[in-house]
Amino acid sequence: MTLIAETDYGTPAVAADEQVTLTIDGVAVTVPAGTSIMRAATQMGTQIPKLCATDSLASFGSCRLCLVEIDGRPGTPASCTTPVAPGMAVRTQTARLAQLRRGVMELYISDHPLDCLTCAANGDCELQDMAGAVGLRDVRYGYDGANHLAATKDASNPYFSFDPAKCIVCSRCVRACEEVQGTFALTIDGRGFASKVAAGMAEPFLESECVSCGACVQACPTATLIEKSVIEQGQPEHSVVTTCAYCGVGCTFKAEMRGEEVVRMVPWKDGKANHGHSCVKGRFAWGYATHRERILTPMLREKTTDPWRQATWEEAIARVAGEFRRIQAQYGRDAVGGISSSRCTNEETYLVQKLVRAGFGNNNVDTCARVCHSPTGYGLNATFGTSAGTQDFDSVEHTDVMMIVGANPTDAHPVFASRMKRRLRAGAKLIVVDPRRIDLVRTPHVAAAHHLPLQPGTNVAVLNAMAHVIVTEGLVDEAFVRDRCDPAAFSEWAAFVAEPRNGPAAAEALSGVPAQAIIDAARLYATGGNAAIYYGLGVTEHSQGTTTVMAIANLAMATGNIGRPGVGVNPLRGQNNVQGSCDMGSFPHELTGYRHIGIDAVRESFEAAWGRTLDPEPGLRIPNMLDEATAGRFKGLYVQGEDILQSDPDTHHVAAGLAAMECVVVQDLFLNETANYAHVFLPGSTFLERDGTFTNAERRIQRIRRVMRPRAGMADWEVTVAIAQAMGLEMNYRDASEIMDEIAALTPSFAGVSYAKLDEIGSVQWPCNAAAPDGTPVMHMERFVRGSGQFMLTEYQPTDERSTRKFPLLLTTGRILSQYNVGAQTRRTANVLWHEEDRLEIHPADAEQRGVRSGDWVRLSSRAGETSLRALVTDRVAPGVVYTTFHHPMTQANVITTDFSDWATNCPEYKVTAVQVAPSNGPTEWQTRYEEHAQQSRRILAGAAD
Amino acid sequence: MSQDDKLVMMANQIGRFFAAQGEARAVPAIADHLRKFWTPRMRAAIIAHAAAGGAGLDALPLSAVRTLAAAAAPV
Repeated sequence: MTLIAETDYGTPAVAADEQVTLTIDGVAVTVPAGTSIMRAATQMGTQIPKLCATDSLASFGSCRLCLVEIDGRPGTPASCTTPVAPGMAVRTQTARLAQLRRGVMELYISDHPLDCLTCAANGDCELQDMAGAVGLRDVRYGYDGANHLAATKDASNPYFSFDPAKCIVCSRCVRACEEVQGTFALTIDGRGFASKVAAGMAEPFLESECVSCGACVQACPTATLIEKSVIEQGQPEHSVVTTCAYCGVGCTFKAEMRGEEVVRMVPWKDGKANHGHSCVKGRFAWGYATHRERILTPMLREKTTDPWRQATWEEAIARVAGEFRRIQAQYGRDAVGGISSSRCTNEETYLVQKLVRAGFGNNNVDTCARVCHSPTGYGLNATFGTSAGTQDFDSVEHTDVMMIVGANPTDAHPVFASRMKRRLRAGAKLIVVDPRRIDLVRTPHVAAAHHLPLQPGTNVAVLNAMAHVIVTEGLVDEAFVRDRCDPAAFSEWAAFVAEPRNGPAAAEALSGVPAQAIIDAARLYATGGNAAIYYGLGVTEHSQGTTTVMAIANLAMATGNIGRPGVGVNPLRGQNNVQGSCDMGSFPHELTGYRHIGIDAVRESFEAAWGRTLDPEPGLRIPNMLDEATAGRFKGLYVQGEDILQSDPDTHHVAAGLAAMECVVVQDLFLNETANYAHVFLPGSTFLERDGTFTNAERRIQRIRRVMRPRAGMADWEVTVAIAQAMGLEMNYRDASEIMDEIAALTPSFAGVSYAKLDEIGSVQWPCNAAAPDGTPVMHMERFVRGSGQFMLTEYQPTDERSTRKFPLLLTTGRILSQYNVGAQTRRTANVLWHEEDRLEIHPADAEQRGVRSGDWVRLSSRAGETSLRALVTDRVAPGVVYTTFHHPMTQANVITTDFSDWATNCPEYKVTAVQVAPSNGPTEWQTRYEEHAQQSRRILAGAAD
Repeated sequence: MSQDDKLVMMANQIGRFFAAQGEARAVPAIADHLRKFWTPRMRAAIIAHAAAGGAGLDALPLSAVRTLAAAAAPV
């Protein structure tokens, strides 16, 4: 194993049809027109010295190291800013150039600490490399002149330090913040010799707008911006390419290691989802893997009021198998089930559903996508024929109009948000449909053309009204509809949306969005060029979640915005493997590849492979499991990698369901909230400790690769195999690749997927089979998967959850950049510095009415329950709407949310809860009791396992 | 909320979506949805509820549930 060193071409690649041939140092080289001389030289194998250039950033031309000579041209132009020309003859090494470069280096080094041997970047410093490359032997100016060596170091950021004494003011960090991340948090303060890099208004990094994405650190050619982990641990000695385990963007990283110790995670330039960019979670928040609260030994207890007792793997697995068999014998075959996790791999989720269907003998398997994107599956399947987003992320480069509905990409999908911002800065137009003023509505150099701040629960009304405008103003793409869609369904739909009750005026009355804004947004979406819709849980987590997905699909079909780059319908998946867990047959009614369990031929293929007869009837969804548990019929649950007590709605109901079970098995990294009600705890493994694949929001299947041994001794998939074997179900896999081989053999859309293929081409987007051996970046190009696109009638139905005199406000929930889902991982990293607690955002008018100021404790109550948290008064939310996150268990935002859910999928209606807010003195009695119960539940008896 | 009440609420929600398609299409579509996504026990419970008068069930889901009952009845 070696450290992967990526080639830095100095300037970005240029896409051009015209090719240009030139000679560099006498060697002919052909490159696309517009390519820099520097890049062309690197491509032919010649490294021109450089400091301010790097291929993730536009050329800048400030360091003057990359000078070259060009025959017939005067002077020594910078090779980074000079494009190639036909017949050009370039010389990169001459006596004159050598003298100039040494002179430049002398100036740099005369104001640079000469502490290379003790510098953290020793061995990974471009300044050091360039000193060697130009043959620097002396600094004629000495070191006693004016300098910056006494500049104060900024160590405020928990993950990296900024040492201005080592800064060469190349501006790579500033440009990375602008061009790559799009935050514009850094600048060059001052002029001339006084120029220096500054965060915000010359504030410490932690207090500035910096979002800690790490782009500046990655771009820095010296030790000025450097990871604290490198300072503490030293330079890595090998690296392994793997995939981030946080959000659905699926960034690829190089895990840079010393032995089994991670030194840093560096975004991989060849990663097709992230192209070398990262966010604060993937880049820095991996320390939970070695957090002291990791549970590394299986644990058992008879009753949930008992303390935990450590056990061996053998004893724990035997307990699970024995208890599940006992429960089935006592209460019936259907009394047990399992929940898989979008935080786990495809292989692991596949095995959980296999264990349930073939081992438990029922279909009581569900996954956490139930509570996020299950409506996407139903809605897109009904309209397009398959349950997935239509595009790759690169598609956004061809987009002219982005419509973001119920999503907050800068917080929840930050790396893709940076791509969006770059495209928006380049001129694409933006429509935001969201009750809250998300950052993208107005952020540096980006402003939405239209923000439709609708009342929670009125998505369908607004989208129908947009459709009304498109149909009644003749903006339908008639040719697309005629060629690609079901004509009868279109006619019926067009007549439906054209009715006045679906028009903008009616929608204004329902949603509060001015009719003219809806009209303008519809016109822009329909006529602005390539229009793409990106949506999130603000669409799905409603009683009409599925209807909204269909309404989105209708808009895309009506305007012909489907089936080519730049357009499409793109669900932004919350967790890393939401797409994959859905693909893998985790829902109770369907097997892998979204095929219903009741289809005989499909079921029989699995029966033949697994050697068991399968139940043709759908099993229980998560909420159904909890209902059945409280009814006394569901007694045993295997939960892999999920924390349903914190993440699922109506905490009281979830707790009651769990408490009614006789054997709850939790497999996780930490004693999560669900484990408070567990009888068996099986230690989980992090993404660093196992092999497998994740499938991101663009259907891209990517490898995760083990970089250290499982700290608890077993990878997650091995634990499921052990349970299966203990229950008499044959599961024999030598490694995770054999699980994928089985998936591929049983799933037409995965038929061409193998670890060998993924190793060869890096990643692949399903469908990947004989018809598409290298995968499918854009779906529905020639025809929809279902044949003709199906317009669906999307009647607006107000939710049953209404604001009342008692609960006059509407609560909607969401995420924040630094935290991930229930926070089990990110709360155990320094990311808590940015989000120590969940806060309630409340509009100034509502706050004033209640005498609430920012920082005050407030009691948030609904018909389901109440909790207390601190308020943040802000006009980001509209009057009548309050907002909070659900990252902290002691806030338990889900004690407020109700059991209302989507009509088709039972996805909870997290986004609409009628609430009241009142001043409070601190945590509620329930919170205090909850904390005491959690502490009691986490007691572990001293002593090791037998 | 009782189990039956919850099932009635869910069936009515499903019914309200398909209602836009008109009764002739909605009734089989609702029945098909229940068949594909509800467990046999849930279907049996709503069928029993419908047989007992179907209190709270809207007209379309009630018809759909009766369709299910007819299909499930021994020939």
